Amino acid sequence: MRMTTRDRLKTVSCLLAAVLAIAPASAWAETLQMSLQNHKFHPAEVAVPANQPLTIEITNLDATPAEFESKTLRVEKVVAAHAKISVQIRPLPPGRYRFFDDYNEDTTEGFLVVK
Amino acid sequence: MLGALIIVFREVIEAGLIVGIVLAVTKGIHGRGRWITAGVAGGIAGAALLAIFADALANALAGVGQEIFNASVLGLAVCMLAWHNIWMARHGREMAAELRDAGLAVKNGSRSLAALAIVVGVAVLREGSEIVLFLYGLVISGGSSALGLLAGSALGLVLGCAVSALTFFGLVTIPPKHLFRVTTTLITFLAAGLAAQSVLFLQQAGLITQLQATAWDSSAILSDTSLFGRLLHTLIGYSDQPSQMQVLVYSVTLAAIFTLTKVLEPGKPCAATVAHKAA
Repeated sequence: MRMTTRDRLKTVSCLLAAVLAIAPASAWAETLQMSLQNHKFHPAEVAVPANQPLTIEITNLDATPAEFESKTLRVEKVVAAHAKISVQIRPLPPGRYRFFDDYNEDTTEGFLVVK
Repeated sequence: MLGALIIVFREVIEAGLIVGIVLAVTKGIHGRGRWITAGVAGGIAGAALLAIFADALANALAGVGQEIFNASVLGLAVCMLAWHNIWMARHGREMAAELRDAGLAVKNGSRSLAALAIVVGVAVLREGSEIVLFLYGLVISGGSSALGLLAGSALGLVLGCAVSALTFFGLVTIPPKHLFRVTTTLITFLAAGLAAQSVLFLQQAGLITQLQATAWDSSAILSDTSLFGRLLHTLIGYSDQPSQMQVLVYSVTLAAIFTLTKVLEPGKPCAATVAHKAA
């Protein structure tokens, strides 16, 4: 059976609607506040429970931009100077997860300890 | 200085490899220089703008503006690459045959060139904005001298361009007969890799919450932060700890572009070609 353009549009919009409907339904249980000051994360090490979704909010108190990044957490987000961002972290198995400022990787790092 | 070198080098390679591939793909097409230059220039201008408005972008769309933007830009590049491949499969042979007819070749080539210029533009846009932000940060923090910063960035730029040029020259030594097949394959993998990256941003924004678990961890064998790992990351989308959704989207994109390119490739001069010639 051939799909008309209209059918295709319908399918696409249904898929889009489904994606959008799912998004808010996923409640992010816990929010973790973190700040960046003088190129240091505060706190630099945080313990969080395993297998629970998590929101991390980072406030950059420095006058320079940073990029909050972690290979293992799979996040990469620019934090402009004096700005605040948030990222969603998937439910994690226990472990020690390193994150860092991609622009100052040597000096600016922290760990998320999942228990 | 070293910091500037490493970051600039890294980002230039990522954008440069894509430019290198596009240059190899469009070898022999008239007017490619203009289009690709336009792509690079547009990308650089966009990168500066993006860096200036990074904060506003991050706050847009309920705080997920940055992710949506990145995912859209990557999605656009995937579509353009897929379209180029499919278009070339249909018209590549015809173009090669008629390349001597400069007027027609320009007309034919520029359709696909526009798509590739967009790909070049978004690659430079993404990587360039990282460089701008990073350098801006260094300048304000005043940690390193302006001269060291400049030297490091310049060296990073030169090295990054050198690696990209090697890719380009490596590609163009392939006999023209096979070049088309090789670049088609490269572009397909490149597109799949970009599609997988866009998933990462949607997952980070919390817009995709399915299949978030890590599919495998090969970081002990080949870290995607090593130079070779990074090359593979850019070229074929290698990731040492991808999510299951990334693997799924990667596979689907790969299969879809391969199939469409194959299916739409005319075995013999088809109706479309004839109609085109008549017109």
